[in-house]
Amino acid sequence: MRNLSVWHEAQVIGIQNITPTVREIHLQPAAMESAQPGSHINVKVMIDDRPDHRSYSVVRQLDNGGLVIAVKQLPDSRGGSRYMWTLEPGARVSVTPAACDFELSYGAPEYLLIAGGIGITPIFAMARALASRGEKVRMLYAARSREELAYAEELRALLDDSVQLFTDADGTHMDIAAEIENLHPKGELYICGPLGLMEAVRGQWRAQGREPAGLHYETFGSSGRHPSGPFTVKVPRLGLEVNVPKDRSILDVLTEAGVEVLSDCRRGECGLCAMDVTSINGEIDHRDVFFSEEQHSENKQLCTCVSRLVSGSIAVDPAWKGDPELRK
Amino acid sequence: MSTSNPTFPLNAWYVAAWDAEVGRTLLARTICNKEMVFYRRLNGTPVALADACWHRLLPLSVGRLEGDEVVCGYHGLKFNDAGRCTHMPSQETLNPSACVHSFPVVERHRFVWVWPGDPSKADPALIPDLGWFDDPAWAGDGRMTEVAADYRLVIDNLMDLTHETYVHASSIGNEALAEAPFEPSHGERTATITRWVLNEEAPAFWAAQLNKPGPVDRWQYIHFLAPATIVLDVGVAPAGTGAPEGDRSEGVSMWVVHIPTPSTEKSCYYFWCHLRNYRVGEQGLTRRIMEAAVGILREDEDVIEAQQRAIDKNPGRDFNNLNIDAGSLWARRRINDMIVKENPQQIPAVSVE
Repeated sequence: MRNLSVWHEAQVIGIQNITPTVREIHLQPAAMESAQPGSHINVKVMIDDRPDHRSYSVVRQLDNGGLVIAVKQLPDSRGGSRYMWTLEPGARVSVTPAACDFELSYGAPEYLLIAGGIGITPIFAMARALASRGEKVRMLYAARSREELAYAEELRALLDDSVQLFTDADGTHMDIAAEIENLHPKGELYICGPLGLMEAVRGQWRAQGREPAGLHYETFGSSGRHPSGPFTVKVPRLGLEVNVPKDRSILDVLTEAGVEVLSDCRRGECGLCAMDVTSINGEIDHRDVFFSEEQHSENKQLCTCVSRLVSGSIAVDPAWKGDPELRK
Repeated sequence: MSTSNPTFPLNAWYVAAWDAEVGRTLLARTICNKEMVFYRRLNGTPVALADACWHRLLPLSVGRLEGDEVVCGYHGLKFNDAGRCTHMPSQETLNPSACVHSFPVVERHRFVWVWPGDPSKADPALIPDLGWFDDPAWAGDGRMTEVAADYRLVIDNLMDLTHETYVHASSIGNEALAEAPFEPSHGERTATITRWVLNEEAPAFWAAQLNKPGPVDRWQYIHFLAPATIVLDVGVAPAGTGAPEGDRSEGVSMWVVHIPTPSTEKSCYYFWCHLRNYRVGEQGLTRRIMEAAVGILREDEDVIEAQQRAIDKNPGRDFNNLNIDAGSLWARRRINDMIVKENPQQIPAVSVE
């Protein structure tokens, strides 16, 4: 169940760089709240003078009720992280109360936690909660390089040998198939990370015949198989052609051009923004989790909030078909 | 009394239902302002989920059970016993955010207990020990009554049994009780009132239970365990047979369990049960005691609901306290401790200090 976006003010009470590209921002919201592991807050951001909002997982809660989020500076960002990195202590931002779409269920016989890159933020909170209850937990955590492994020391202290760290630089890789095989049949897997890692885990989970409900994941809606680049979208029915820059979504650009598109989650989960694809000159980088793998390979539709073209152009058909003549 | 501040802690075990009330149908209850749906898995263990579909909030309790899963009665979304969505109509995948909260739940001492607050803190060892329910030396039965009042008014009522003289004059109350001295005490999570009435005539209910002539020594130990459990250790023995010194063998004893679980700030589910250690094989006696208790508690409920209505009509007015209120004030302090602990920046709704 989702709570309505009730915005209130929060003050930045601390900033701390924890890796060269990840920064903790400590916020003191005006209203007291408690944030369970896996919860997030929305923060109002300004992107090229346009107001927008972004979701950030709550890493932990301070003793005084404050909330800690961690923001990765991304070169490919849609602008949210750039804004967040401009915040200084004392700055005021609008936030929503912590809400949880990635809830941790207690009482499973075993837990496997997997984090990739900045996906560590909700997973770290879960690791702490599970460790403090003495639950059986194993964690896998990958990042580009050792210095980008945020919270590695804390995790070692918390989980000891039950956490395994991987880096691209060291050429170490998770053996996802073996890890899932070794997980208790009623065990649960929680993953947050880039799309490629999530798809690999989801694929293995399915291939091993596991219950779909035992796999919990959260998407950021911003990573794909390819880096983001500019491309062109045509809407033949409306005689429209627009360029989508690398830091904007098809949904936003079409909406700005006057094409009505429904949307809700804006992270590739709900499927409301899906549009029919009528021709492709290039390759679609599907970044949603709404369509199945098979539907992705058919390329008949795409989620315009997150999915992109690697380059080239695409033609789409919107829901606008004109008003029907009911009495001819 | 303000309702803007919490009147109950969320991080606590509350009785949500008698074991017999939860089965293979969907039972809706609101516990601490949280709407929940209860049912049993095929293996018999209880489940408590948030009673609102993730999709469009229809109460899941108006849907149906399918195996261990609940099917929403609107669009057929299915949720498993951990609250995870396992089916969505008209799509090949599941939205990863789709879930309803699953509340920690434990069946113990013939009750189904639920933890409305932070699930990571739900330690079953914190459930009050009501071991008489599991002990063949004790027999009895009880009921649940919905009371349209703040659960703390029920606790006030129980923490001062002086009221028996006036509210229950025909059954368990008499003048001697109201005039007998009492001793309040407290611990970290508990408040206790102890009262002995020595060498007096037994009130009607107790005279019938004891069924022996002559004056009695009567005891009342009222044990409160925060936030909402009260157990009364009560009984009578023929006067002078040694009960005050610890020998109750000539008398009759009861453990009376009272648990008013907050539903909202102004309503509660009042669970109660009378357990006795005499004539334990007599189901007829169990029935008669329970029926007598229904009548006695109806008298309490009428007073408490009228009191709640009066409180609502007198906003801004607080109680005046007497010496007899020590038990209820200690109990409210223990409740407030729990509220403050989980809301460090909030002031609990302390109506009396």
